[in-house]
Amino acid sequence: MSVSPKPIQTFRDDFTYTNSDYAIERFPFPFPEDAYRYSVNIESHKMPGVKDSVSEHFHDVDEHYLSEMAERDLVIKHRPSCCITLPHMDLACWDLIDLSMHHLSKDYPEHFSLEKTDDQWVWENRLLGLKDSFTFGDSSTLPLPPLEYIGRQLQGDIALMDQRDNSLFMDAGVVTCPADWSLAFDAGMSFSEWHGPVPFVHSEGIIDRALKFLMAIPQGGATRRLNWTLTINPRMDTSPEVYPDWGKDKTTVTPENVGDKVYLRVEMQVFDRMPRSNALMICIRTYLISMNDLVTNPVWAKRMHRTMQTLPPELVEYKGLTRFHPILVEWLSKYDVE
Amino acid sequence: MSSVNTKKTELTVRVASIKQVAPAIKEFLLEADNVSLPAYSAGSHVVVLMESDEQESKKIFRNPYSLLSDSDGENSYRIAVRLQDSSRGGSVFMHQSVKEGDRLTIKPPANLFAPYWRAKKHVLFAGGVGITPFMSYLPEMLRRSAEVEMHYMFHSNVTGAYQDELSQMLGDKLHCYDSDQSVRCRIYPVMAAQPIGTHVYICGPESLVKAVQSAADELGWPASAIHYEAFSAPAPGKPFVAELKRTGKRIEVGSDESLLEALEAAEVDIQSSCRGGVCGRCMTPLIDGQADHRDQFLSDDEKARQDCVMPCVSRAQNDKLVLDL
Ligand code: HEM
Ligand code: FES
Repeated sequence: MSVSPKPIQTFRDDFTYTNSDYAIERFPFPFPEDAYRYSVNIESHKMPGVKDSVSEHFHDVDEHYLSEMAERDLVIKHRPSCCITLPHMDLACWDLIDLSMHHLSKDYPEHFSLEKTDDQWVWENRLLGLKDSFTFGDSSTLPLPPLEYIGRQLQGDIALMDQRDNSLFMDAGVVTCPADWSLAFDAGMSFSEWHGPVPFVHSEGIIDRALKFLMAIPQGGATRRLNWTLTINPRMDTSPEVYPDWGKDKTTVTPENVGDKVYLRVEMQVFDRMPRSNALMICIRTYLISMNDLVTNPVWAKRMHRTMQTLPPELVEYKGLTRFHPILVEWLSKYDVE
Repeated sequence: MSSVNTKKTELTVRVASIKQVAPAIKEFLLEADNVSLPAYSAGSHVVVLMESDEQESKKIFRNPYSLLSDSDGENSYRIAVRLQDSSRGGSVFMHQSVKEGDRLTIKPPANLFAPYWRAKKHVLFAGGVGITPFMSYLPEMLRRSAEVEMHYMFHSNVTGAYQDELSQMLGDKLHCYDSDQSVRCRIYPVMAAQPIGTHVYICGPESLVKAVQSAADELGWPASAIHYEAFSAPAPGKPFVAELKRTGKRIEVGSDESLLEALEAAEVDIQSSCRGGVCGRCMTPLIDGQADHRDQFLSDDEKARQDCVMPCVSRAQNDKLVLDL
């Protein structure tokens, strides 16, 4: 089905964000079993993926495109430190421009087009009304720094990792919808350093194995995994920098408003090797669904209850669910009767 | 020998031209028809697949060759191949059988020898055909205005390719040492003169890698500032048998072939990239038997667990390994 993005909805203040029936149907529900534990849950991101699924195309452009781009603009204006490129990452940013423009123009020709004459490129993004000509590789020919330029046209946060000293280093990114982590804080850190706060994964060897796997990803070997958390209200920007804005929302959950207030937040994380720079790219594409919309699917409703009920206390705490977790489990229990 | 049927992940290229660039080194310009070749990063290599049909036993060679910078825009690759004395690697095939216009099967570029871009200065030591990965380093280093210095050792009767190209790029930052003119590089003083924050890259024979490493040790350099290209032919060992649990196959692994080569010869579907125990691509679960781990990928703990093995370099301690394949 071809996408036509809806007019702009909001992820803050009056929260006008909604999902259509189609968006609900294709929501990437992340629980394959009744109990959730961390694992190295990695699978191939070979194209094309399953038709109409969120992984049909390399970048999933959906009905929220305009809303997410408007939200990104707000965050960048308020907090410029959400876009960082260390000087040695310039080439990696151009790799991403190449990758994204090729995929978008091939997968969504009605919205995007790319014309190339040697290194003279003309890029058109009809959804945002952009048409730009530039010299590939020459950052001075773009209207914005290269990563911010392409990041403002992609749904999902991006980070580019330099691979050196047997690790990955978060040396560039545009991150406006993080699940409670900060690019400004993590920039320049290594893989095991930025994963420092995560429980279990270090002692269970998950982080070591994931790192080795990522470092061995070859060109054309794109891979993905799902991660999840819960967010109160359909708020994209849950950065630590603006914790005062959203932390207090957690206290507003009551048995009566769970279905409206609590959102399952799923990240589809795609990893790929950047050809010219050898950097590793991660695109973290965030999907939000309210509990009311989620329980329209009885299989999801039941499983959601079971995974939440059996979630280890360390995870409840790490993911920041402590305040409302019992209310949620109680509310979900009515969908898990037999 | 002949070229090999192409799988989905592989590319077919046409040999557009062949040039003798040193007495024992030929350069191959590879082009794709109609499709564009993937871009690549400084230090990348491609693997060329070649099938030998000598003595009935079909054997596929997969030789990694560094990509030289592409002089003719985006859609070609250049590789340089030194004729080796032993034909093990298939260089005889490249030198004697491959003609202009022939097709070759290659695997897309991969990189196990990327520059450390945050270095204050880069010092490159090349020995003979070991110049090849640096041919892709230099244009990118110059583009980034990085400080770089090269020490290039060769026997002009055999190797010594690209001296003109290099001197154009590097000017007086290029130092050449021709053993056939009895000019030798004194590594220790070169290393001792480097400023703090310098990273050193070595591509050449084992003896050169050792010489640079021992100078670095004496001077107290951190190991993380020394980088070397890790291709090495898998060392031979005792023959053994690999049993494949899922398919019930029994595969004899000869003393001069790797477990990976034996699996490939038996048409087992297995991934690989570096073929030198570095990248982790070929990791295979081990169900029974003790592996003689020779890779640099698994940690000591992982090796001790004996639950997986890197077949591109590792072998059996005894006479059998049972693999989950
Ligand atoms: C280069 C790619 C990756 C990046 C940039 C990345 C980044 C992050 C960041 C910033 C966090 C938040 C940590 C915090 O609390 O401050 C996180 C959490 C986590 N990461 Fe990664 N990660 C990557 C790959 C992976 C992979 C391949 C795995 C595979 C197992 C993984 C597993 C986890 C887990 C389990 C968490 C905790 C998430 C939660 O419970 O909400 N990460 N990651
Ligand atoms: S192929 Fe790289 S470790 Fe075996």
